[in-house]
Amino acid sequence: MIGEGTQSTNQRKHSFAQDHVEVGFFTDPSVCIGCKACEVACKEWNEVPDDGFTWTGNSYDNTGHLGASTWRHVLFVEQDRTKGNQIAGPMSLGNDSEDPFRWIFLSDVCKHCENAGCLEACPTGSIVRTEVGSVLVQNDVCNGCGYCVVACPFGVIDRRPEPLPDAGGAFKCTFCYDRQKSGLTPACAKVCPTESIVFGRLDDLRARGAARVRTLQGQGYDDAQLYDPQETSVGGIHAFFLLLGEAEAYGLPPRPQIPTIYLKSSWAAAVVTAIGAIAAVGAAFSFFA
Amino acid sequence: MSADRNFEERLESWRKEAKHGGAVSGRGVNVAGGPIPRRPGYYGEAVVRPPVWTWEIPLYFFAGGAAGMAPLFACAGLFLGLTDLARAALWITAAGAIISPILLIMDLGRPRLFLNMLRVFKYQSPMSVGAWILAMFGTFAVPACIAFELHLHHVLSGSLDTFVAVVAEVLTFGAAYWGLGLATYTGVLIGATAIPAWFLHHVLLPIHFGTAGLGCAAAILELLGFQIRPLFFLGMFVATIETLLWLWLEFDKHGPADRALHAGGSGWLIRSGEILSGPLPIIFRLTNLVPLAAVSFLLGALLSRFGWIAAGRVSGKDPEAVFASQG
Ligand code: SF4
Ligand code: SF4
Repeated sequence: MIGEGTQSTNQRKHSFAQDHVEVGFFTDPSVCIGCKACEVACKEWNEVPDDGFTWTGNSYDNTGHLGASTWRHVLFVEQDRTKGNQIAGPMSLGNDSEDPFRWIFLSDVCKHCENAGCLEACPTGSIVRTEVGSVLVQNDVCNGCGYCVVACPFGVIDRRPEPLPDAGGAFKCTFCYDRQKSGLTPACAKVCPTESIVFGRLDDLRARGAARVRTLQGQGYDDAQLYDPQETSVGGIHAFFLLLGEAEAYGLPPRPQIPTIYLKSSWAAAVVTAIGAIAAVGAAFSFFA
Repeated sequence: MSADRNFEERLESWRKEAKHGGAVSGRGVNVAGGPIPRRPGYYGEAVVRPPVWTWEIPLYFFAGGAAGMAPLFACAGLFLGLTDLARAALWITAAGAIISPILLIMDLGRPRLFLNMLRVFKYQSPMSVGAWILAMFGTFAVPACIAFELHLHHVLSGSLDTFVAVVAEVLTFGAAYWGLGLATYTGVLIGATAIPAWFLHHVLLPIHFGTAGLGCAAAILELLGFQIRPLFFLGMFVATIETLLWLWLEFDKHGPADRALHAGGSGWLIRSGEILSGPLPIIFRLTNLVPLAAVSFLLGALLSRFGWIAAGRVSGKDPEAVFASQG
């Protein structure tokens, strides 16, 4: 974290992959300055193609959302509330009343779920769990069936459309697996100038996140909270976030569920239907033939 | 408040202008009550990703459903010595077993890698289970049809012919077994996802798709000229179930969470599908218009498959649906 200089886990060489240590990201919007360096670094290192230069008109966000060719996405949240102990001033011309206003930046990314919907859904075995606990798509195995797309509760992974390079396959953040293998920090965390993105051991980060929430609350950020859905069937996420305010404003599902929880009752209905079909055909031909 | 709404509307038009033209021509904005988005979630952006599947998938659901249930009629025909019925049913089975994988492969992002589907078996992935079901179904269905034709034309003689007849029967039973899976798994496939309109109905979907498949197989047989009493009563039965499922869907509403099923184009696709395969065939059958009932059921089943995929697309883009389904 800030102040640790070259000793921070974002800048040090490490051997997490060799030691099979679970790693994570802790992303803290209270220090993010919205520079989008993480988006750029990710694109450059991973050679992710551009997916159009469109203007959304939504604050300073022209990225839109995560997708096959957007693995980091800096959100620009505008809210009519104060940020911590900030003193609200008049925002409109010729109007003296106070208008609380806050601008929050948060770098969104694949959550590398503890129980990952995309991984469970993948029929080719292309999506795997790595030795650092991240979720990785093996591009050469993926045949582009698109099932992971609807299985991810966070809307992260997507199929890359033509005519982009490597079109047809599913893509998302790799947690810079190649960099981690050689003891390097993921590109996005490495470049983050304020260390809003912190990379490190998952257990360390969780403790750090909880401490950061306490600090912020002490400074008047009453609505600071961690976003790490451990109590739902997702079972926690390895890239977790600090949020100011509710999850919905960041486009994050408040109570995400892994779709495999529906399998039991759905297959039961399928079996009942199959038995019903046999009985119906049997009955029709025995009674009415 | 109306001033706020005016600001929002002006901003909205500027956003549109910016998106299309790359620049905004209007004068600056007084930000009071202004740029803060009033759209749900994060600027109304989708929270989950809508399905990327195109027309091949609903068509595959339709073909797979009919083909999967058809060997049941072949079995009935074999049992009762209705050779013509068994033969026609086996042809439907084999045709569906050939068309289905073609449609499925066409929809893949990388069709040349389709065999990777059979690299692993994952019971927790309905897509994996389904790929294996489809492969097994094809393995039984096409040889069953060939063996039965060989037997019918007595290509081989003596004990060899008897052997082929037995093989045809065994293969037909195998096709019927895997076909039951093929006709119903598609409901599980879209039911076990993160799309609210789908997962909220993960119990209804396999029942609906399976029933529709059974009805379609019977309807095709009727249109092929087998207007016999068992198929008539089966047609009545599936139409009754479809009517009940339609009512279930109309009563089991989840507000904004599954509004894609009830409102807009996708809602009407599903509704017309259910009416065409539920109440209408019953009326046509009671008025002795059997072919019309069969056509109506087939059309309804086809429309509703497209409707469910369309609803998934609408629901996946709707952040309010996701929030409401988790509220
Ligand atoms: S956030 Fe989505 S894409 Fe990332 S690991 Fe979880 S399920 Fe997979
Ligand atoms: S970890 Fe690597 S791949 Fe993932 S968002 Fe950061 S830079 Fe991109």
